[in-house]
Amino acid sequence: MAAVYKRELKSYFQSMTGYVFIAFLVLFAGIYFMAYNMMSGYPYFSYTLSGMVTIIMIGIPVLTMRSFADDRKTKTDQLLLTSPVSVVKIVMAKYLSMVTVFAIPVLIFCLCPLIIKMNGTAHLLVDYSSILAFFLMGCVYISIGMFISSLTESQIIAVVGTFGVLLLLILWPSLVNFLPTSAIGSLIGFLFLWTLAVMIVHRITSHNLLAVVLEAVGAIAMVAAYFINKNMFDRLLVKAVEKIAITDVFQNFIGNYIFDLGGLIYYITIIFLLIFLTIQSVEKSRWS
Amino acid sequence: MIEVKNLVKDYGGHLAVDHLSFTIEDGQIYGFLGPNGAGKSTTMNIMTGYLGATEGDVLINGHNILEEPEEAKKCIGYLPEMPPLYVDMTVAEQLEFAAELKQIPKKDRENAILEVVELAKLGSVLPRLIRNLSKGYRQRVGLAQAVLGMPPVIILDEPTVGLDPKQIIEIRDTIRQLGKKHTVILSSHILSEVSAVCDHIMIINKGRLVASDTPDNLERQMAGEAGMELLVKGEEAKIREIIKSIPEVQDVKLTLSEEEGVWKAVLQNTEDIREKVFYGFADERVPILSMQTTKASLEKVFLELTTHVDEVVGEDSCLEVDEDDAYKEDAENAESESIREGESTDGSSL
Repeated sequence: MAAVYKRELKSYFQSMTGYVFIAFLVLFAGIYFMAYNMMSGYPYFSYTLSGMVTIIMIGIPVLTMRSFADDRKTKTDQLLLTSPVSVVKIVMAKYLSMVTVFAIPVLIFCLCPLIIKMNGTAHLLVDYSSILAFFLMGCVYISIGMFISSLTESQIIAVVGTFGVLLLLILWPSLVNFLPTSAIGSLIGFLFLWTLAVMIVHRITSHNLLAVVLEAVGAIAMVAAYFINKNMFDRLLVKAVEKIAITDVFQNFIGNYIFDLGGLIYYITIIFLLIFLTIQSVEKSRWS
Repeated sequence: MIEVKNLVKDYGGHLAVDHLSFTIEDGQIYGFLGPNGAGKSTTMNIMTGYLGATEGDVLINGHNILEEPEEAKKCIGYLPEMPPLYVDMTVAEQLEFAAELKQIPKKDRENAILEVVELAKLGSVLPRLIRNLSKGYRQRVGLAQAVLGMPPVIILDEPTVGLDPKQIIEIRDTIRQLGKKHTVILSSHILSEVSAVCDHIMIINKGRLVASDTPDNLERQMAGEAGMELLVKGEEAKIREIIKSIPEVQDVKLTLSEEEGVWKAVLQNTEDIREKVFYGFADERVPILSMQTTKASLEKVFLELTTHVDEVVGEDSCLEVDEDDAYKEDAENAESESIREGESTDGSSL
């Protein structure tokens, strides 16, 4: 595992991707920091960080695009997968190497609250917990990018796909408002989501009977629940899917100054889920 | 020892490997031979754990490649068709990375790398980026990477593809050297290559094993096919009579050739009967216009086996020869092109 980690990390700095990524983040952090904190005199570093959300949305897909797509294209995955290292370790090593690259600019950001303090009042606790939330949110983005990269051979598809998903996540809180809030609307929405999930299961397992049974059981359960307790379905769809908006947790830190522990655990859960999915996707490519 | 049991790989309706079973003993060089698309690479990819099989098991020294992948993979060094090298690393870095990946203990790493560098003659390119290396050198780096740590089983997928004649000879020597201590499996669609280095040949066609034996045995099994071809000017009855008087001839086939009054006789025999045939015809004043002996070559074995695979049931029955010459010739023209290509490059190199 250490071998893959070291190689990946090294390649980020041999191919310039790492330097460009760090420089890109630091440059824009500097611009925001100067504009918000230095010139306008806001005492919270979180203003800068909220600006950085858009910047990492552009930067992280570039960092993650080649993680698996490139290996598959150049067939170097043959070396990795035929050596005595498990897929879990390979995925973890690649993930950690990207997190390490991302950690470098974040560590540089850690200096900024101190600079604010040198010039007057600073809220160090708020600032550093915001940086922590920012870092974890970046780690979630990296896991999303890694997963998408593992699905394709093309770095272009990986980068565009990741950017699209991240953009969608940022727009999510606004998009949720367009969802139906009535009970019957929620039911239809859930049936749609369930069918989607069953289709994914079917795609992975290619098991017809299993998919049909799953779809039938899920649909019957939902319709039954709807007729037993209609009120339960009121706004349920909205409540369920608005959780996907991962930027909300970060917003709690930077806007409301709340240390949202549950939110951080939510981030870590998503990271593990996506690492798991990446492992499955790498394994699956061997069976198709 | 490697055991492959009932291996099947189904690419969505296309059977790349079709119920393939064989056993590979330690300390020999095995050659996988087959036309393009026969399933050689797929089989090797499954054996090394890169691909999953649809059905069947692969046991490497008793470890199942799926159930104990790490143990099994430790026993294998693999050079795929395209050497899996990171072009942004130098040769030295690549080998160091591979050594670490193969979990060679830190203190042995340097010696292990030095050993394979010497074997693959890479000393002069160590500090160079793989991006800037030629195909031949990349192949050698791939080979060095495969044998790094000296695993008991070394699997090489078309190790000489894209190399110049001199490099081919060098790599063959290296493989022979490796075969002294390791089990080596190499694949090729070039027959002369396999017969030059391998102790044992496995001929694969359309995902099935059609023959598995030593090169000598394969040739011997085909010896029954050896015989003579004559062009004789005369009457049919007379020719038949003369040939009948030679007891060594087991079978004869007479056909009219393109020239008028000239017959083509194909004789089947085991011993050398050239003189008897000559005097037999000369005594009766029947002129022989041409005479040549035909000997079963490995190439013929290969063509027979890969052209008539549909009639094949077992390993032995596949060695039966189809009598239809025209069909054979057609097949030869169609299928042996790649082999001839290989042969000719090879010939010039030797």
